[in-house]
Parts: sequence; C-alpha cells; structure tokens
Amino acid sequence: MTVPEATGYDPWSEAASALAIFAVDPPGTGLRLRGRSGPVRDALLEHLAELLPQTPLRRIPVGIDETRLVGGLDLGATLAAARPVMQSGLLAEAHGGAVVIAMAERIERSTCALIEAALDTGESFGPAGRVPARIGAVALDEGIDEDEALAPSLADRLGLVIDLDAVPMSALSRMELLPEHAAVARARRVLSDVAVPDDAFTALVEIAAGFGIDSLRAVLAALRTARAAAALDGRTMVTQADLGLAARLVLLPRAVTVPQSPDEREPEPQEPEPAPENPVEEPESGSQENDTTDSDDSENDDPGSLADAVVEAVRAVLPPEVFAAIRDRAKGAIKSGARGRGDMPASGRRGRPAGLRQGRQRPGERLAVLATLRAAAPRQALRRPAVDAEASPLIRVRPEDFRFVRRKIRRRVATIFVVDASGSAALHRLAEAKGAVELMLAECYVRRDEVALIAFRGPGAETLLPPTRSLARAKRALGAIPGGGGTPLASGLDEALKVAAAVRKRGDTPVVILLTDGQANVARDGRGGRAIAGEEALAAASGFRRDGFDAVLIDTAPRPQPRAREIATAMGARYVALPQADAGRMAQAASAAARSARLRSTG
Amino acid sequence: MTDFNDAYPFAAIVGQDEVKTALMIAAVDPSVGGVLVFGDRGTGKSTAVRGLAALLPERKVIAGCPYGCEPSPSASSCPHCSLPGTPTKAINVRIPVVDLPLGATEDRLVGALDLERALAHGEKRFEPGLLARANGGFLYVDEINLLEDHLVDLLLDVAASGRNVVEREGLSVRHAAKFVLVGSGNPEEGELRPQLLDRFGLCVEVSTPREIKDRIEVIKRRDAFERDRDAFAAAWDKETVRLRRRITAARTRLAELAVADAVLEAAARLCLALGTDGLRGELVLIRAARASAALAGAKTVGIDDLRRVAPTVLRHRLRRNPLDDTGSGVRIERAVAEVLPA
Repeated sequence: MTVPEATGYDPWSEAASALAIFAVDPPGTGLRLRGRSGPVRDALLEHLAELLPQTPLRRIPVGIDETRLVGGLDLGATLAAARPVMQSGLLAEAHGGAVVIAMAERIERSTCALIEAALDTGESFGPAGRVPARIGAVALDEGIDEDEALAPSLADRLGLVIDLDAVPMSALSRMELLPEHAAVARARRVLSDVAVPDDAFTALVEIAAGFGIDSLRAVLAALRTARAAAALDGRTMVTQADLGLAARLVLLPRAVTVPQSPDEREPEPQEPEPAPENPVEEPESGSQENDTTDSDDSENDDPGSLADAVVEAVRAVLPPEVFAAIRDRAKGAIKSGARGRGDMPASGRRGRPAGLRQGRQRPGERLAVLATLRAAAPRQALRRPAVDAEASPLIRVRPEDFRFVRRKIRRRVATIFVVDASGSAALHRLAEAKGAVELMLAECYVRRDEVALIAFRGPGAETLLPPTRSLARAKRALGAIPGGGGTPLASGLDEALKVAAAVRKRGDTPVVILLTDGQANVARDGRGGRAIAGEEALAAASGFRRDGFDAVLIDTAPRPQPRAREIATAMGARYVALPQADAGRMAQAASAAARSARLRSTG
Repeated sequence: MTDFNDAYPFAAIVGQDEVKTALMIAAVDPSVGGVLVFGDRGTGKSTAVRGLAALLPERKVIAGCPYGCEPSPSASSCPHCSLPGTPTKAINVRIPVVDLPLGATEDRLVGALDLERALAHGEKRFEPGLLARANGGFLYVDEINLLEDHLVDLLLDVAASGRNVVEREGLSVRHAAKFVLVGSGNPEEGELRPQLLDRFGLCVEVSTPREIKDRIEVIKRRDAFERDRDAFAAAWDKETVRLRRRITAARTRLAELAVADAVLEAAARLCLALGTDGLRGELVLIRAARASAALAGAKTVGIDDLRRVAPTVLRHRLRRNPLDDTGSGVRIERAVAEVLPA
C-alpha cells in the first residue's frame, strides 16, 4: 500500500476525481454538487456529459410532474390524435446514463421518491408498468441552510459530494485535470476486475463509525468509489490511497464528528470521553469502540490500523479548518446529528392536494387535465355532430367536464420558545420549557404544526431546536441543555426574530413564546452592563411589533417584574405572569397563542 | 411493479431479526394487520420488504382477473368476475408485493376510468389501480409518514374494510382489496398520526447494526450482490427455499394451533398492565403469537411465544406521556417481566 504524498489540497482536483469516479459507474449512485450555480459547475456538467457512455444527461427541472418523470399519457399528442398517446418517462429515457436534478433542494419530496426508486431498483415505476431505468443522479444542491436542505433520503443515496464553493474560478484555467473520455472508458472495462482486500472493508466501516456515520449506504458508496479510483489508475487492487480518496469524497462530507488524532488524544483528558462514535446515539454506543478491538479474533494484532492510517492521511492532506469545522458541528451535536428537515420543501406548501373538484375555476387553482379528459371521454359519441363526424377529430370538452385540483391550504404554526437559560433559576425554567415543548409536540403533530426552541445564556443565544414537528428529534435535541451565566436578552430576541422571519418566509405563521424575568445584563457584544443590555433588549423587542409577529411573554420571576412588562409592551406581546412556570400551564398559554395566530392567518 | 425478482435475497439480510420475523408473521397470518418499520436511513428497511416477495408461496386466483380474485363458490362482485360467462379457471400466481411510490396520484391508487377505451370506443370501463394489484398480497409504502393525508385516509379505509369502492366519473366499481399494509419511514422526518399508528398490527424499530463486524458483513454481502446478482441469488437459493417452506408449512399449521385459556388470559393481563387502548392489541398479540409458534413448528402456543412478539405488537400502542422518557421497549420489557414471569 502506498502512502499518498502530502501535496497541497486542491479542491479542483478533488472535484475532477469525483467527476471521473461517478462517470465510471453511475447506476444507482450519485454526485451532489453543493454550491451556487456558476462557471465551475457548468464546466463540470458539460464535461460529465462527454464522459458518459452514450446517453445524454437528462435534466429534471424543479416543477416536473409525475407523468413526465415516469411516463404516462402525452396530453398534447392525445388531444391532437383524439386517442390516448403514451409518452416515455424521463427516468427511462436516461437509462444507461444519468439525470441532473436542478435546484435539488427545492424539489418535491414525491419527485425525490420516484428518482430514489429508480436509483434503488434500476427501474422506473410508471402507470405503464416497470421499465428499465438504470441511472445515476447528479443533484445541483444550492441549499444554504437547514431550511433548504436536500431531502435526506436522496442525500443518503448520492455518495460523492463536491463542494463547489471551495473551487476558485482560476481552476478553469486548468481544465487538463478533468478526466479524459478514453481513461474513463478504460476504467469502466476493468472495473469488475478490481479486487478489494479484506482489510479494506474493515477499514471503511471503521472510518465511517469514527466519523459518526450511521448509514451503511455511505460505506457502500465509499467502497464503490475506492474501486473506481483503482480502475481509473489502471490497477486491479484497491490501495490505501483509494480508500483515502473515498474517505474524502464520500465519508468526510457526512461526518458528524471526527476521531481525535493521536497527538490530540493526550493533552485533552478533561473532555468527558470524546466518544468518537456518534455523540447523539444512546449511551451504550460506546461499545463500538470495544467491538473494533475484538472484531477479529486471530491474525491481525493491530486492528483498525488501516482505518487509522487512512484517517491520518486524510487529515494530513486536508486543511486543518475542515476537521475543526466538523468538530464544531459535533459540539452543537444535536443540529448536525439530525440534519435536514423532513418536511416538504417550500414549493409544495401551497396546500396539500385533497382530491378533485368540479365546477368553475377559482383563482390560483390548477386544472387537472387528465381528470378533465376522463370526464369528457365517455360523452364524446354523444357530442360529435351527426353530420360531419369524421371531419372533427378533436375531443369535445364542455365546461361541466372541468376538474380542478383541490388544495387544502392550511398554514402551519411554528411555536418558537425563547428561554432565558441564565441565572440560578435556569435549570428549573429550562426543564419546564422542555416539558412544554414536548407536550405541545405530542398534541400538535396531528396538525403538522411545529415547535422550535432558542436558549440564551452567558455570551449569546443559540437555536437548540430548529422548527420541527418530530417529537423524537426534539427529545434528542433537548437532552441536556446547560444553564447559568449572564442574561443576553437582546441576543435571544435577535435570534428569535431571525427564526420567526425564516418561518414566515416559507409561508407559515410564527408564534414566539418568551420565558424570562426581563432582567438583561449582557449586551450583544457579550459584555456585561445592565443599562446597555436593557436598552438593547428593548430595541430588539420592538422588532417583533414592527414585523407583526405574535408573541407571548411569560414572566417567570417569583414576583412580577415591571421590566418584563416593558419588554412585552415593546414587543407588542401578551404578558403572562407565571411564577411557577410549570410545563402544563406554559403549554396551555402557548397553545392558546398558536390557536389565535392560526385563526388570524387563515381568516 | 410487483415482485422484485432481482431484489436482494431476504435470507441474506444480516441481523434485523425483528423486522424479518414481523414480515414473516404477516405472511403467515395476514390478519395481524400490517407492519410498520421505523428507523434510520440506510438500515435496509426497503431491502427487507422487497426481498419478501421472493419468499412468499403462490396463491390461487381466477385466471385473467386483474383484481386477483380468489376462486370461491360465492360469486365475486369484481367487474371482471361478475360478468356472466367469465371463465373461472384458477391458476397459481406469485403473491404480489406492490410498491406505492410517494408521488402516486389517487387515480393510480384506486383506479380510474380507462381513457383509451373511453376515447377510442366510447366505452366506460374501469382501469384497476394499485389497490387491485395488491389484492391478496402486500402493499408497501416507503416514507409513509410523508404520504399525503388524503391518500393515507383512503389506504386506511380500504385496508380496514378489505374492499375498494369507487364512485366517480360515472363509474361505480367495487372489488376485493385485501392486503397487508407495510409502511416504513424515519420518525425524525415526521411522526405518523396516532390514528394511523394504531391500525398497524406490528411495529418494528430498526437501526444500523452496532457491531463493527456485522456492519462489515452487511457491506461485503451487499457488494457481492451488486457485483453479480445472479451468482449471489444462487448462493442463497437454498436458504430462500428453506424459508419459503417454513412459511408455507406455518400457514397450513396455523389453523390447527389452539390457544390455551391460560395464554389468552396472560395476553389480557399484559395489555391491561400496559394500559393499551381497546381490544385490538390483545387480538393481534394472540394472532402474532400463534403465527410465531407456527413458524417455529411448535404444537401449541405458549407464553414464550407471547413474550417473543410482545414488543413488536405493543410498542406503538402505549399511551404516550411526553414527559416520561422511558422508551416503549423498556416499559414493555418491565410489564412482561412482571406479568409473565419466566
């Protein structure tokens, strides 16, 4: 096994490798291009089209309908011919090649499901039955935050990840790094001869475990990557360098945590068991570490050594910021552990389809063409003029045939708890707020409403639970919240404004529930000082009134505070004194606020 | 769309015993009423369901009936078999495992007017949907927690009644649609409505294997499968045939297995101790225990069978107290230890 030379890290060369590896063996796997559209992305896509065997890349636009994707009735042709004409689906047309999913982060979840089915089974499932669709997928992922993430189920299937933003424009002057058609074709021919040594399987599984990656699909994708890398290099055996590349292109972008390097392990003994596995797992996940040691009973007296060597090599190649960034992510473990929102992207939010409706078209309603045709079809014989029957091939559609897609428009309410986690009463207050969050979730998941939680203490505020309707996720996120320290009320309000604005942007209604005694003593810059902190808090509070966000301030002080009332007035919030701040009453107050907000937004 | 012929062999799945057992129990006794598989991504939920198709024994249907009607002395009311003079020759077919993709329309699910017939011949005819295809078999919905509400309601209604009734576009059609609903999903992406949860007979939680050596085995097998599907399937064929025989044998044995009063009583006590709503839990508990005994080749249904299936049957029926962090598994374990001491 060769050790990769520690050359400078070149994102462009990484991207070129990922492109070549995808092109060697696309079916069932994928490439995720993260970052904004630009010349680098265009160059990669253009080049990829040249690398694929025969089939061109087929582009899937955001608003594609099911029929175009999996085949079905061709409406234009059907109307022209007055008899049903079927069209093939885009997935089937891409058979043997790949599809490019434009604006993948905004694509409907149902569209994703159809693409995933083709990736998994090599077939497309349409009304006309199953047709071959052995494809790979390239996702153009421009999502910038959690609100706009690629559907997790699709992200899981797209093994290779390229970070476009890391590639400088100057890279375009080095087009020679991109793989040649002949080289890729050669690799394709020898791919099935590439052997994988036994310890490589072990190494990849261990590296993934070390990065805290649970999905075994990622490990499989890494394996395929290593094999393709060997084939591209003209070798018939996977080497350590191939594993390193696979770790960088497939595993590292999914890392939830990073194992500590050997020289880091000693000086940081105070960190309570760094848990190189998954910090968000149940406590007994520590057993993994033990398993690695006794995973093989005999030959290998230094198990995991290949995995360690690969990780160290990766660490040596990559700029240190990359690992540091992952570690930071791991510290806010909850957020990274539960990446991706499971809900429909904003484009699907204009209400849920709820069957069809007959009658006159209402503004904003879409015609259900197929259903309309179905309504018109049986009556064609009656409607055809007796005299000139042959001469008019068109289908006669009358107003009573029109069918419209009925959508239930239901704005969802996101209740944002903003909790003062400072001072001595913090733990009690937090525990009760957590209880209220869970009570609300247990009650409101029927309505698909959401709950979020922001805590502020010490130097600043943090969104501990982004808007979610998953009780499972909330429980995990709220597992252990630290309390104590100063009171940066302004920072907490700023953060709440940000989250509330994001909620409103995607078409839902935010309701803010602030739990505090109103005694701010930390300013936005993290420094102490009651006067400044108080002024800043009042200024931040006025933002809620300005933007018209519904809010409730729950005063948790043992005795009601004038200061808290002032803040409530500035916010335009309802003021409720709840010295005991118990979870049940808090949830009641929040539910009432959510109810009235919902009424107002739909009314 | 039905049977995944070149799917990964069920028998070759590493671990995941609870999922495998739950699916086999549903195959032995479909009246347990559906299986819900909840877990993380990439844990092989779909693999298990799709692999199931190859395991199932054949069933008898009326030849040519698109609704998969069973031959029966009483006249079937499906649009095909109710036509006078329809030949009623019975043939053996594979039990269908039908995939319902997330984006499917209502038309595709319940069926709709056959446009071709209507336009070309002015004839009003019904084109059966996925519910008809799933009759007598399994209907699989991946990411069921993300399925549109109105489709979920529709599925529930049909699954509960065993009949698909279509009244639309001037059509009036009814046909049998008895199927085992299998749903899978990741609870982190959204919960399932409690009304839906309760309708599933069995509920399994899956996770990635914790042991490194199991994970390695998963990767190795999957890799071998992807490199040469035929060879891999052939290597597992013996095991596949063995499992299929076990299911077939269990089906025939099922009717003979009596459940002693002591077992019935134990099931009732267990449900009482856990405070599950209604009698459904109890009923499914007994049915699942009987199917489990049949699969094991036992002569009687024992307390052991009850113990074995209790988590799968009851996990999703416990009343939730969001402030109590005790997992449902632990609560069931405790109740079992208390009510059915070994």
